[in-house]
Amino acid sequence: MIKQPLWPILKRRLIQHIDPVLLLALGLMLTAGLIVLFSATDGSWTRVTAQAANIMVALVCMWLVANIPLHYLMRTALPMYSLGMVLLIAVALFGEISHGARRWLNIGVATIQPSELMKIAVPLMMAWYFEKNEATLTLKNYFIAALLLLLPIALIARQPDLGTAVLISASGFYVLFLAGLSWRIIGGLFVTAAVSAPFLWSMLHDYQKHRIMMLLDPSQDALGKGYHTIQGMIAVGSGGVLGKGYLNGTQTHLDFLPERTTDFIFAVYSEEFGLLGNIILLGMFLFIIGRGFVITANASTYFTRLMAGSITLTFFTYAFVNMGMVSGILPVVGVPLPLVSYGGTSMVTLLLGFGMLMSIHTHKTLVQT
Amino acid sequence: MKRHVELKNSQREIYYFRLRLVLSIGFVAVLLFLLLTRFVYLQIVKHSHYQTLAENNRISIVPIVPNRGLILDRNGVILAHNYSGYTLEIVSNKVPDLEATIDQLATLVDIQPKDRKRFKKLLAESRNFESLPIRNRLSDEEVARFAAQSYRFPGVEIKARLFREYPYNEQTSHLIGYIGRINDSDLQQLEDDETAANYRGSDYIGKTGIEQSYESELHGTTGMEQMEVDAGGRGVRVLSRSAPMSGNNLVLTLDAKLQEIAWQAFGNFRGALVAIDPTNGEVLAFVSKPGYDPNLFIDGIDEDSWNELNNSPDVPLNNRALRGQYPLGSTIKPFMALAGLYYGVRSPGYTISDPGYYTLGGSSHHYRDWKKGGHGMVDMFKSIVVSCDTYYYGLAVELGIDNMYNFLSRFGFGKKTDIDLEGETSGLMPSQEWKMKRYKEKWYGGDTVSAGIGQGYDLTTPMQLAFATATLANDGVGYRPHLVRQVKHSGSNDTAIPAVKPEFNLNLNPEHVALIKSAMVAVTQPGGTAAGASAGAPYAFAGKTGTAQVVGIKQGEKYDANQLSERNRDHAWFIAFAPADKPRIAIAVLVENGGHGGTVAAPIARKMLDYYLLGKIPASATLAAKAQSGVPAAGAGGNPAEEPEHD
Repeated sequence: MIKQPLWPILKRRLIQHIDPVLLLALGLMLTAGLIVLFSATDGSWTRVTAQAANIMVALVCMWLVANIPLHYLMRTALPMYSLGMVLLIAVALFGEISHGARRWLNIGVATIQPSELMKIAVPLMMAWYFEKNEATLTLKNYFIAALLLLLPIALIARQPDLGTAVLISASGFYVLFLAGLSWRIIGGLFVTAAVSAPFLWSMLHDYQKHRIMMLLDPSQDALGKGYHTIQGMIAVGSGGVLGKGYLNGTQTHLDFLPERTTDFIFAVYSEEFGLLGNIILLGMFLFIIGRGFVITANASTYFTRLMAGSITLTFFTYAFVNMGMVSGILPVVGVPLPLVSYGGTSMVTLLLGFGMLMSIHTHKTLVQT
Repeated sequence: MKRHVELKNSQREIYYFRLRLVLSIGFVAVLLFLLLTRFVYLQIVKHSHYQTLAENNRISIVPIVPNRGLILDRNGVILAHNYSGYTLEIVSNKVPDLEATIDQLATLVDIQPKDRKRFKKLLAESRNFESLPIRNRLSDEEVARFAAQSYRFPGVEIKARLFREYPYNEQTSHLIGYIGRINDSDLQQLEDDETAANYRGSDYIGKTGIEQSYESELHGTTGMEQMEVDAGGRGVRVLSRSAPMSGNNLVLTLDAKLQEIAWQAFGNFRGALVAIDPTNGEVLAFVSKPGYDPNLFIDGIDEDSWNELNNSPDVPLNNRALRGQYPLGSTIKPFMALAGLYYGVRSPGYTISDPGYYTLGGSSHHYRDWKKGGHGMVDMFKSIVVSCDTYYYGLAVELGIDNMYNFLSRFGFGKKTDIDLEGETSGLMPSQEWKMKRYKEKWYGGDTVSAGIGQGYDLTTPMQLAFATATLANDGVGYRPHLVRQVKHSGSNDTAIPAVKPEFNLNLNPEHVALIKSAMVAVTQPGGTAAGASAGAPYAFAGKTGTAQVVGIKQGEKYDANQLSERNRDHAWFIAFAPADKPRIAIAVLVENGGHGGTVAAPIARKMLDYYLLGKIPASATLAAKAQSGVPAAGAGGNPAEEPEHD
């Protein structure tokens, strides 16, 4: 008697805040990612299994976030941002150094990377700030929002973690842009950036300078700093139109590709599946981004519009920067290919974002009714 | 109220927002299109370029060095072979601090100061990124110790490879020679010969001796393996392979036992010896003493050992048999006698009365006979048996230097024998023309007189004299002396010995030859100059003693061996062939500072003849060949050694 109505209720509970279109696209993308990862690890199941576990955890996180009503989500903005800032300062003071960068914080039970948290917290904070001051937006508000962005970025860039800094800058800038930052200021920012470029250049760490220099001419140091770029381009280029075939990439399986399960996994994919595969991959990204824009366009509040737009554009930025650096049009900045590269933290961060998108999409109607 | 205002603002806001959203979509579209363009550029436009780069990345052509051919004596005794062992090699460019690395290595494997010196020398001569051995022949224990610590030593590797070894060591050093690391001039030579491709991966090349002159036979054909390699250069799998062809094995004409007996017969004397089979020109023994340890040279000799060899007053690096040039001394006499008969200047029965000296018409200068007071009545036969100088002074003057030159040259004096070794010297047979060219001076009568007893300008090598002796023994039919009897192609079991054709026939009058030979037999019999050495020999053997002066003895002085320092004493010659009626072996022995040929050089020849003709091994000899005989190494491709026929 009781059992019969329980299941449909549970089922409704489970899926009511999930966007099926987005879920399907994400599912396809994640599956493709596992298949490529299997090749990138030379057919080792350990990494693939671990990544599958990462995905499961991330999906659960996504489901949880998708079920959080937006006003609760908004309330987390200030505490999350504050916590993130505290942790970033802690990293700067007591962080552990690994590979020449101070990015990790040992909190006894685990080592965490607070910059990952900021990928969500910064746009969230900025969107919340704009929402709060929606009625009386003045230049001052944009200035404060920009400050909210620049503080964590300065700390992250100092670690140094250029990839994360670039992504967070982008996500914050998207919030500012969507919030209606005046074109004059945008123009002014570009001019300022152009003028201050030499100064910024001098601030960069040597290895970052190298990476940018290598972008201009990777062959300068083919066995050193340019190695990543050159081998990535060889992998992509030698893939041709149809690719070398799954598990047949020579660059991949003969160890020429560095970081091929993480930052350079696109080279693995591109080598084995060729231009055709790349077009399909671009299509899949485009579909997910498109769905994100649909959700953004239909978002009901100022906060959700800013948030959804920023999440979608940031996701695009991930993909663009990663594919751009592997194919040699952007410097190697250490950005993984979203949904494909191996790694638990970025997977969770990404799917948290998609969870928010789903929440924005599905709670809208509820709010309205 | 407030809500109403907000709502209106929202409408405008949404409009502006959607505008920005459309711009964002445009931004995304443009950048995705940019990526697509980039992919098209890389994967279509530049595809073949990157395809090539990927292939170059993954395919490496690895040469497979062939096994060097073995060198065996005529009975299958191994004179040069390969054994596998471990070597510790360093690629110096990959090692940040070479000294420190070697110091650390020394804690694991035994590295002597001489190893370091040798390595430094190699390093100075090496090409970039060449892997050079710091230690060879590591023990299993050392290999294990290093292997456990190898992660600490980037650029240092244990390599398994074949080592060349010369079991007869110094005894065959001047004959077999040695291989050594390919240096720049070798490389240049290989490139000039257009054989450099076959030496890809080879580290060694024959430097002297048989190893050098038969390099093209011994080296073999290098194989190639197309290997798929990973980024670390490690081979992953073989794509295609052409097998290497081992070098050909060489079967020498040499008899290793005879060589050993000859070597040991020299005792503490320095000298050289060549024994030839007169019926085919096969070199049966080839000794130059002292020798050196050829094994030292293979991986570069250390400085101390080199200095020791190079500065030794015994000049062990000099190949006396091939390059040592000595006056012929009295060994010229049989050939002079033949010339006298040939030109009709002397008949066999023509007799002189020897007062113990010779004077040239119009001069009071006494050309002394070695025997004070002379030999009395001397005909041609006796002149050889007692080695009468006076007889030959006169004969030379009557022949004239140009006839001497013409006739003796036909026996090969003053010319290279063209034996299959490099670096042979040609000796010297003087003529009027030569002296004018060389000294811008005319030929004097006195020059001819001393030339008659082989104490003039004339020079010969033991090789040359052995060849001339063999030609004489074979009645004027000459075979080119050679050291390699047979080239055994790897994989083939061909045992046929290629036939050797005579090189020339001097068309000597058999009666003349018979006379000379009988006189030479008498030399080894009571009354002859080598009688002592031949006592009890059950075969007839022909011989001739000789003495080559090291320092001239002034007029009126007497040669006294005891007064001269050891190194200024005369060199002793002895030439021989046996059995006299049908010679199977002809020998030329030179004992440096040995004094008289009959007492020092002849016994050496006697021991060799006893062995070669009777199979008799001297009581004092300890022969390695006996133990080694008939043990062809794996891969030799050889047939079981045939027992020596004279054993």
